[in-house]
Amino acid sequence: MTHYNFAYLDEQTKRMIRRAVLKAVAVPGYQVPFGSREMPLSYGWGTGGVQVTASVIGPTDVLKVIDQGADDTTNAVSIRKFFARTTGVATTTSTEAATLIQTRHRIPETALREGQILVLQVPIPEPLRWLEPREAETRKMHALEEYGVMYVRLYEDITRHGRVAQTYEYPVIVDGRYLMRPSPIPKFDNPKLDRSPALLLFGAGREKRIYAVPPWTAVKSLDFDDHPFEVEHWDRPCDLCGARGAFLDELIVDDKGGRLFICSDTDFCARRRPAADPPRAMW
Amino acid sequence: MSGAALEVRGLAKAFVLHVQGGVRLAVLDGVSLAVRPGECVVLADPSGAGKSTLLRSIYGNYLVRDGQVLIRHRERVVDMVGAPPRLVLDVRRHTLGYVSQFLRVIPRVPTELVVAGPLRARGVEAEAALGRARAMLERLRIPERLWALSPVTFSGGEQQRVNVARVFVAEYPVLLLDEPTASLDAASRLAVVELIREARGRGAAVLGIVHDAQVRAEVATHVRTLAATEAA
Amino acid sequence: MSATVDDRPLLSVRGLGKRYGTQVGCRDVGFDLWPGEVLGVVGESGSGKTTVLDCLSGRVTADGGQVAYTKADGSVVDVRRLDEAARRRLLRTEWGLVHQHAREGLRMNVSAGANVGERLMALGARHYGRVRARALDWLARVEIGESRIDDLPETFSGGMQQRLQIARNLVTEPRVVLMDEPTGGLDVSVQARLLDLLRGLVEDLGLSAVIVTHDLAVARLLAHRLLVMRGGEVVESGLTDQVLDDPQHPYAQLLVSSVLQP
Repeated sequence: MTHYNFAYLDEQTKRMIRRAVLKAVAVPGYQVPFGSREMPLSYGWGTGGVQVTASVIGPTDVLKVIDQGADDTTNAVSIRKFFARTTGVATTTSTEAATLIQTRHRIPETALREGQILVLQVPIPEPLRWLEPREAETRKMHALEEYGVMYVRLYEDITRHGRVAQTYEYPVIVDGRYLMRPSPIPKFDNPKLDRSPALLLFGAGREKRIYAVPPWTAVKSLDFDDHPFEVEHWDRPCDLCGARGAFLDELIVDDKGGRLFICSDTDFCARRRPAADPPRAMW
Repeated sequence: MSGAALEVRGLAKAFVLHVQGGVRLAVLDGVSLAVRPGECVVLADPSGAGKSTLLRSIYGNYLVRDGQVLIRHRERVVDMVGAPPRLVLDVRRHTLGYVSQFLRVIPRVPTELVVAGPLRARGVEAEAALGRARAMLERLRIPERLWALSPVTFSGGEQQRVNVARVFVAEYPVLLLDEPTASLDAASRLAVVELIREARGRGAAVLGIVHDAQVRAEVATHVRTLAATEAA
Repeated sequence: MSATVDDRPLLSVRGLGKRYGTQVGCRDVGFDLWPGEVLGVVGESGSGKTTVLDCLSGRVTADGGQVAYTKADGSVVDVRRLDEAARRRLLRTEWGLVHQHAREGLRMNVSAGANVGERLMALGARHYGRVRARALDWLARVEIGESRIDDLPETFSGGMQQRLQIARNLVTEPRVVLMDEPTGGLDVSVQARLLDLLRGLVEDLGLSAVIVTHDLAVARLLAHRLLVMRGGEVVESGLTDQVLDDPQHPYAQLLVSSVLQP
């Protein structure tokens, strides 16, 4: 192991981030500003998530890192190696075995359990930013619970597309109070946020915000009475493991337009195939 | 007020023209008169004596500080002098009608709606108000093809008749008429005279300025000047 | 529409004042606003008329004074002493604010229907169909064709944007509407149409309104009563036709005589 402090960040920084995390847990869905540090990866690559993970990880943790559901994409591999080098903790691809999971843009299919922490990477934390560019104003809107404008967004979608077109990063109300942007997870994953037994932490490095959903907290996706919230459906199972009701990625496999629909959660899929094929290069 | 529907007591009105060095024009000096229901009092002073000023002062269009203007309004007696603006507006809406010498036209409003206006202001249903307005326009011989047009392009005589229609359609208990038949032809004059007589017949108290001797003879119950010291 | 003369004032302003450093914005302004009444505040630039409106809406914090408002439930609040949340809520529900420039009062990047429906959704309306129906109804009332409901305000003419702003404000049926030069900057023919509309809405809905304008013709058309302001102070007040036909104060006389056709 090289001479880095445990988990790369100095202890004062970790303490500062943990304080922010505690504040975030105390006020579910509320964006807590924090002193985001320079990390050895660019903005937009998960610096927020990495800082949160670095602040909560301990020597006995078992770490899993996924990117779009897969353990073996470049990003996931890099971050997992980063933590392996700077902490020496055990790593895994198994959702069940992990105690701490950092993820970009997906929540694992395997249900989480009490005691697990899920750290999500967030590009833009502010759900009202699309409409209101002024930070001072959005803070006021959150403080005064002025969320009508978010419904304006849904209204516009229904007007233009006949349904709410937002399929990822779908806005939610946390604990009946704060409007939250749940990071760019597909809306398919939104129900997993609702009363999850795990602790959900959200880190935005460039924007310098941390927010949290404590275990067993109500998280409701916004909708209209006559246009209720719906998740995506596929009319076919996973071509590899046969799972129905999982989030599927579409893969083009040849020049003739042949395609496969495969679980995006690689661990979930692999576990369902006892004599699993080794991961193919194209993945 | 002893039976009068309108009573003016010691009304004085002067104008101070600040824009012209503060020159003071005293126009009315202690006018007193009374008009009972069914009466039509016509003022006979020559031009420039202040007759129109009196009418406008009674109506509240000119601000009066000296004297009293008592009107029987909704079962009580109201002094227009010093009355709060919303009371003056209420009196104008329900009790006091004023045919001025000029029709102040809001462009783009059709004639029939101009005439229906006072009824609508009192809460009369749109259809009913329109019906009565049209009937009044017909009486005053305004051709039907003009009803949907704004009076802004009408001749002086036509505008005058619209003005008369607008006030008489509302059947006010007290009427102020400033030369209601000026610039009208004989047939229209006759129609207006009939309206005034009908108003008197239903108990309206009318105070008017009429130069035409014949019209005066047909509508007036009393003729007097501003300076007369006792109510006729 | 007729208000009886015994109603309580909807709005009661006393001693309203605002200074900008040594500059007087407005001083000791007071008036009552009654149900169903339109009050015009006229004056030239620098008269303080816009300051008065800004103090009422809270856009600017007055230095002193009292703004007593009788709410729909009958209780009386001093608007100046409300906390920001309550004041913002008031401006979205019982009050309306129509800006001179429609852009300031609209969301330019969402459809007309969304603009009109926003207040309803902010107040908890959660049925898309019903929100849309209300929006259609109001667009019709301000004479915007229903085919434009999904268009962006950017594609509207100035007069149409202004009418949209009015619809956006009136959808919650406010009891008091504050308007700042509602016809300012519009072509004359467009102004005329807008004034007709405002006149009609005020009559039909029994609105109370405070309309700030430098245009005496607008004041004569829309207002029952006028306040004439100059140098931050009210120099004359009274019935509109009386103030315009028989102004008493020297400045009021100057103002009226300066206009070509008041």
